[in-house]
Amino acid sequence: MAKVPVQFTLNGSETAEFIDSGSTLLHALRDKIGDTSPKGGCHQGTCGACSVIIDGELRLSCLTLAENCNGTAITTTSGLSEGGVLHPLQRAFLDAFASQCGFCTPGMIMAAKVLLDHTPNPSRDEVVQALSGNICRCTGYEPIIQAVLLAARANSQNAA
Amino acid sequence: MELRKNYFADVRKDDLHEIGQDRPRSDSPGHVTGKTSFFADRNFPGMLHLKMVRSPHHHARIRSIDTSEAEKHPGVARVLTAKDVPHNVYTILILIQVGPEDETVLADGKVRFKGEAVVAVLADTERAAQEAAAKVKVDYEVLPAVFDMEEALKPGAPLVNEYHGQNYYLYDSGECRKVRFGDVEAGFAEADHILEQSYQSSPIEHAPTETTGCVVAPAGNDRFTCYTNTQAMFFTLDNTSIILQMPGSKLHFVGGTVGGGFGGKVDVIVEPIAILGAKLTGRPVSFIYSREEEMQISSPRAAEKVVIKDGVMKDGRIVARKVTGYTDAGAYSRHSPYGAQKGAGHYPGPYTIPNVWIDTYCVYTNRTPSSAMRGFGVTIGDFALEVQMDKLARLIGMDPLEFRFINAYRDGDMKAHRQPTEGAALIECMQEASRAADWPVAEKYMAMSSYAKGA
Amino acid sequence: MAIKRGRGVAAINYPTGMNLGGDPTQALVHSTPTGNFMVTLSSVDLGQGMKQIMAQICAETIGVPTDRVVVDTADTDTGPHCMGTFASRGTHRAGNAVIQAAKEARQVMLEVAAEELEVNASDLETDGLGNILVKGAPQKAISIFDVALSAHFKRGRSISGRGMFLIPRSYPEKETGAMKPSTCYAHACTVAEVEVDDETGEVTVLTVKNVFEIGRALNPKMVEQQLVGGSWMGISHALYETTEPYYPNRDHGGTDFNQYLMPGPGDLAETEIIVLERPSADGPYGAKGPGEMCANPQIPAVANAVFDAVGVRIDTLPITPERILRALRAQAAT
Repeated sequence: MAKVPVQFTLNGSETAEFIDSGSTLLHALRDKIGDTSPKGGCHQGTCGACSVIIDGELRLSCLTLAENCNGTAITTTSGLSEGGVLHPLQRAFLDAFASQCGFCTPGMIMAAKVLLDHTPNPSRDEVVQALSGNICRCTGYEPIIQAVLLAARANSQNAA
Repeated sequence: MELRKNYFADVRKDDLHEIGQDRPRSDSPGHVTGKTSFFADRNFPGMLHLKMVRSPHHHARIRSIDTSEAEKHPGVARVLTAKDVPHNVYTILILIQVGPEDETVLADGKVRFKGEAVVAVLADTERAAQEAAAKVKVDYEVLPAVFDMEEALKPGAPLVNEYHGQNYYLYDSGECRKVRFGDVEAGFAEADHILEQSYQSSPIEHAPTETTGCVVAPAGNDRFTCYTNTQAMFFTLDNTSIILQMPGSKLHFVGGTVGGGFGGKVDVIVEPIAILGAKLTGRPVSFIYSREEEMQISSPRAAEKVVIKDGVMKDGRIVARKVTGYTDAGAYSRHSPYGAQKGAGHYPGPYTIPNVWIDTYCVYTNRTPSSAMRGFGVTIGDFALEVQMDKLARLIGMDPLEFRFINAYRDGDMKAHRQPTEGAALIECMQEASRAADWPVAEKYMAMSSYAKGA
Repeated sequence: MAIKRGRGVAAINYPTGMNLGGDPTQALVHSTPTGNFMVTLSSVDLGQGMKQIMAQICAETIGVPTDRVVVDTADTDTGPHCMGTFASRGTHRAGNAVIQAAKEARQVMLEVAAEELEVNASDLETDGLGNILVKGAPQKAISIFDVALSAHFKRGRSISGRGMFLIPRSYPEKETGAMKPSTCYAHACTVAEVEVDDETGEVTVLTVKNVFEIGRALNPKMVEQQLVGGSWMGISHALYETTEPYYPNRDHGGTDFNQYLMPGPGDLAETEIIVLERPSADGPYGAKGPGEMCANPQIPAVANAVFDAVGVRIDTLPITPERILRALRAQAAT
């Protein structure tokens, strides 16, 4: 099968790869580039585990063609911590005991990050709305909602 | 969450350093950074992808299988059928001497549920495997199927599984697991009221966010490393060893964090065929269920039917309880004979009843085999029991919570399966629920204790 | 047509461990040269936190902080046999095996310390912070770091232990069913409050108040995780979930998360969790298995609350709007 080149910025680093035309971004990230933080829970856009951020927007990498991502800036959960210091959302997920099996966690954190980037002090309803495309089977969601609210509070205190 | 330390303080020492402490989870930093390694995060050069050709019929004889077109499809490395599997007919509980072997790794001559695995295709890419699978030609002769448990138990019903010879699991006690305690008919004769009700559930899927699967890599020394999300490492390894007639010493299973189990990953399904593929091709193999396979092909929680007949006195005492439980195993046993039997040990619930009769059946039908799930053998029974308790209370005009206090088991009470009750705490849970929910009950119930009377 | 409110209660118990026993788990514990401890198992962590809990159990038993314990598990080349993670057995079975292994390792550790301090091992105790002290004379002490170094490089001792836990299998008596299903039981009582729209059949669970008795909360935050998630799953089972909506008809089965319904983050009941602890006689530090039972009582509690609200019994799961409307229609017709 013909290979096509893709090139984008992944978590701040220039990244290039040859892929099969028609490959998903999820496949390119996990199986070609080696960033396995996005997870494949359904490969049909219904679980949110593969969520990544493309040019500031939340995207399902299982439904995104990799070749359409040329020239974009992509963020995944594996790229959030800087210099070994956890991102406030990662810290909040730890403190709120918001992960059990952890499979949905990277996607949840992506969805929450896009929310907080646009809405630094969200209401509970806004958090619920932001997480509503992500499935969790372990936690019952409440600890995840609490983690996002906790991260928002931590952010606003840091900003003050 | 609140810990109510005032209950049972006399039997508990709170002098521990590490136990009882909210220590952070050591695995969470990996989860939040995406660094935790799940089985599917392994990728090996030259890895093959396995896709299953599945039965479109609920029950059918296989006249012939033609894999020639599939084998010619670009990228296909190998196509596997029943004859390639060394010990194709198996059952997982054989390890604890619960037989008979009743299921095929790949269908041989017959399929017994829609979605049953018939042919395995291994190819360079998922897409090639999928396309090749579509080229496998299977000629079926469709047979009558049975889906209803009561229909399945009737004489003349289509036989689901020849390895059993009848549409129920044959226990050493006969067609069902039995518990007999006291004299249930005498209890009904004595009762002020009798209530017989029937309860029903449908299959429920575990729906873990991570689907069932494994990645197998030949280790280069005649051993195979299988990265898997099984819930039971050696159980799976040992069953694989039997199915593949391969010494267990050749197998190395690596698990770790599993993306949710809930009982859905204790069947041994993906590992044997993936390892066989790796052995026959010499290449790494990935076999990961699609979301659709997870939802409709992997074992669900069984549908159950529970019939409860109770004799109750006007003063609130239950004097007789007869329970007949039916577990819909689907086409194969997997863990269902165990689950149905577990129900027999669970009824009549956490209540002390002098006359009890229990029959639990494990029934075969032409549907996706059911198996373990969170609350296995108990969850649906508890639904039935506790709705029945509500009905009984209303029948005699009593508060549903008070009615449960009257019948609650306490230390020393003899259970129907003839074990004395130890460590009971139902009464205290109900007392605390009464407070928390502002559901007042008479003071005499708030003064009760699970400790043995007179202790 | 109106929105009607009701509440229901349910009380349950649940056996810990594989029914009828016969389900072994083994554990190995050893120290590194500098007094960290490795627990080796083949048990599987499904997300419930097996690794963390086994570390806390080992730490408590040896007498060191939890962060000095590393758990290596789910590898059949290194870990001794575990029957698996199911039947609420992980903490109970593996925990007991870890305690036995850790006790044996602790005994060797105290013997080495006794030689270094020139006292009897029976006169020593641990402070839980990484030191071994002479009882009644805490100024006479040695760190576990130094004890481990001594064991490895000077005394030629292996600070290690083996653990095994097996409840002998019970075989039910054929005619009477006399048997021993389990050695300990967890308990729960749940009160659910619902609103039912008698025009649409839709049920909203307003609150669930769950009281769980679980033997011992080994790590309360992690217990809370399981109990909150379990309570959610119970409500989900009650109202939403099935792969065959018209069972025994095989059609209309959901194949993805759009068709297979579960409550999302916008559908949550206000959830209260209260935990009681009656330590079990044979549990690790009294623990029972809470992971399965916590998802059971909500189902009948919700069913009973629906009846309390609108006066119809739905005896078939899940309690869908369609079933409620059909029952209301049947009731109105009588």
